[in-house]
Amino acid sequence: MKSLRRIATAVAVAGLVALCATAAALGSRSSSVTISVASLIPGSTQAAVNQFNSQVAQFEKANPGITVKPVEYQWTGPTFAAKLAARTLPTVFEVPFTDARTLGDNGQLADLTPYAQKLSYFKEFNPAVIAEGTDAKGQVVALPKGAYAQALHYNRALFAEAGLNPNKPPTTWAQVRADAKQITARTGKPGYVEMAKDDNTAGWILTTVVYSLGGRMETGSGTSAKATLDNKYTIQALNMLKAMRWTDNSMGSNFSYSWGDINQAFAAGTVGMYVSGSDIYTNLVQAYNVNPSIYGIAPIPLAHNKNAGVLGGGTLAAVRPDANKAQLAAAVKWMSFFYEEPQISKTQAIRNAQTLVANKQPVGVPALPLFNKRLYDISQTWIKPYINVPIAQMKPFLTGIFSENLIPEPEASTQSVYHALDAVVEAVLTNKDTNVVQMLQQATSEAQQAISQGA
Amino acid sequence: MLDQLREPAFTKRGLSRRSGVPRRTPITWVRGGGLSTVVFLIPLLFVFGAFSWYPIVRTVVMSLQHTNLVQPATWVGFANFKAVWHDPLFPVAVKNTAYFAGLALVFGYPIPLIAAVLMSEVRKRRGIFSALAYLPVVIPPVVAVLLWKFFYDASSTGVFNTVLGWVGLGPYPWLQSQQWAMPSLVLESTWANAGATVIIYLAALTGVQTELYEAASVDGAGILRKVWHVTLPQLRGVLLVTLILQIIGTAQVFLEPYLFTSGGPANSTLTVLLLIFNYAFGNSLGGDYGKATALSLMLAVFLALFSLIYLRATRSWSSR
Repeated sequence: MKSLRRIATAVAVAGLVALCATAAALGSRSSSVTISVASLIPGSTQAAVNQFNSQVAQFEKANPGITVKPVEYQWTGPTFAAKLAARTLPTVFEVPFTDARTLGDNGQLADLTPYAQKLSYFKEFNPAVIAEGTDAKGQVVALPKGAYAQALHYNRALFAEAGLNPNKPPTTWAQVRADAKQITARTGKPGYVEMAKDDNTAGWILTTVVYSLGGRMETGSGTSAKATLDNKYTIQALNMLKAMRWTDNSMGSNFSYSWGDINQAFAAGTVGMYVSGSDIYTNLVQAYNVNPSIYGIAPIPLAHNKNAGVLGGGTLAAVRPDANKAQLAAAVKWMSFFYEEPQISKTQAIRNAQTLVANKQPVGVPALPLFNKRLYDISQTWIKPYINVPIAQMKPFLTGIFSENLIPEPEASTQSVYHALDAVVEAVLTNKDTNVVQMLQQATSEAQQAISQGA
Repeated sequence: MLDQLREPAFTKRGLSRRSGVPRRTPITWVRGGGLSTVVFLIPLLFVFGAFSWYPIVRTVVMSLQHTNLVQPATWVGFANFKAVWHDPLFPVAVKNTAYFAGLALVFGYPIPLIAAVLMSEVRKRRGIFSALAYLPVVIPPVVAVLLWKFFYDASSTGVFNTVLGWVGLGPYPWLQSQQWAMPSLVLESTWANAGATVIIYLAALTGVQTELYEAASVDGAGILRKVWHVTLPQLRGVLLVTLILQIIGTAQVFLEPYLFTSGGPANSTLTVLLLIFNYAFGNSLGGDYGKATALSLMLAVFLALFSLIYLRATRSWSSR
């Protein structure tokens, strides 16, 4: 009987303790909020992780009551769609310029308008950039993380080994072809490679080349846009690719590079030239420890054509649509701290640069202004003492890019347009007898179907 | 005997005195084991219901809807089925799947049988051969594919190309060519899956009556004639089952094209299941889950009908 009474007492005490703990937790919940945020791509170096964690610690110190949980994140079409459907994205995640508006129109992103408009610098945003994160109703659904212009990245060591001048990268596509041929002949390494995987990247790079020749992939906007994938410039770009692949044999033997694969190959020193975003150096350092001395970047060669231009894009940060008010407020604070302030606040810019340098991360990677050129230039002076990227090797790119004709990605059904082009690029690279015109007509038909359906 | 002993008690309590028919009451139902049957059945019903039947019902419902799983779904009737039917990639995927199944049938089906027959002839250390044959099955599929991707390096320094280069062959493009990609997938798939079938055949071979071999030897039959006239007829039932399993398996091939080539180059390895995946997850704006489920149902119905016809057509043969 005595033991029964003891058990009953113990149960009662345990119950009370549990009740108190629950009450305490509920109490603390009212004044604190936890958000998960996209951090680095999986496989990033420990130094990069340390740098990110330092930023989180600084933010939490400045914002008591907000707990930030970093989550490794890499945007890829298939995983993003799956996570979106499964509601397993972090509270704050990143999306490309191409997707934010449509996701916002579909109600798949949270409305940030009331919080974003309270940011002191909101009106300073480059109108073209903030428009990428504004849906059809005028609601701000994403804030810019970074903008890039497509660029030609080249291996300076291979250039030198092939007898080319690393300070004079090619300025025309004919030179690109000739240099690629020479690199392959002298070094045995592929002179020029392209992303050519069925994950929309092949179409993205082909579109970049077509823009540089003066072509466009669509006209008009929305579901009434017209797909023009089979224009003469696309045919010209594909024929050039065909010649490099089958006539010059200067593209190596791998024709299924994804975005990550091609960066890895470049960092490993096995690739002469490739096209990707101007901000790729960060990934080359964080994920692949590239040797800075081999890195060179040049503007995309432009044809003598008034429509020729450089494809520009970027990344935005957005919030899950099911976030509550406290999470939304905390998320915008984080986005402001992590993405925006380093570019507009001197204190934050210097603190950010110091953290990056302390963790051996790149400072001064070429990017396009999120606000305006004047603010961009000022921000560059703040971080000048901390710039640790090989800025002299980036001179060919930095000299002319701000005066180039920057053209946004195709507006209607961007990813579907790229996807339709993927197969054409793959066909050209893997079958000598590919009928380019016929394949482009089929791709145009597929893209048009997607555009009409708003897919 | 036990039943006879119980009968009087049953008659006394459970039978209606007037009709002689046992009267079922909750008590008799419980005592007859009804309750325990239900208790044992509930977990099974729950597991099948939650993980099998409910998803099937949801698939049927979703195939008639348009949804991105965030906004409310809208009913679209058979529009998803029509869209799949008119998709230019649909015939490509069907053709590729049939090609994969055909190649797997020609090369992948006889190899395990030949291996099993040869291994059954081995007198010593048969276990080692069985283990070696089964080893690829226990290697995680993703690891195996990564390993083979390395082997399939299309440069002249790739593993396969180096080995073939020793005898003056190659280099071959393997996964980097529209012509070579699908046979390359079948080669890896055969290596990865043959072991399980070998084990089934080895087990079945132990059931073959040894007297038949002895009789065949007395009649002067060599090994090939013994296999043809004794082994194969004795394995008929197992062979028919493994054939239909292989056809169903290859019709649903996904792992190899997804991990090796993502359906490329130029859709040359795009299979039906990969097309379903692309419908659901290929678009970063939120997949076309309606079309994905519609094509899944079309495939399921086709395979069910095919299996039915196959089983009816081979019923007499397998029961002979």
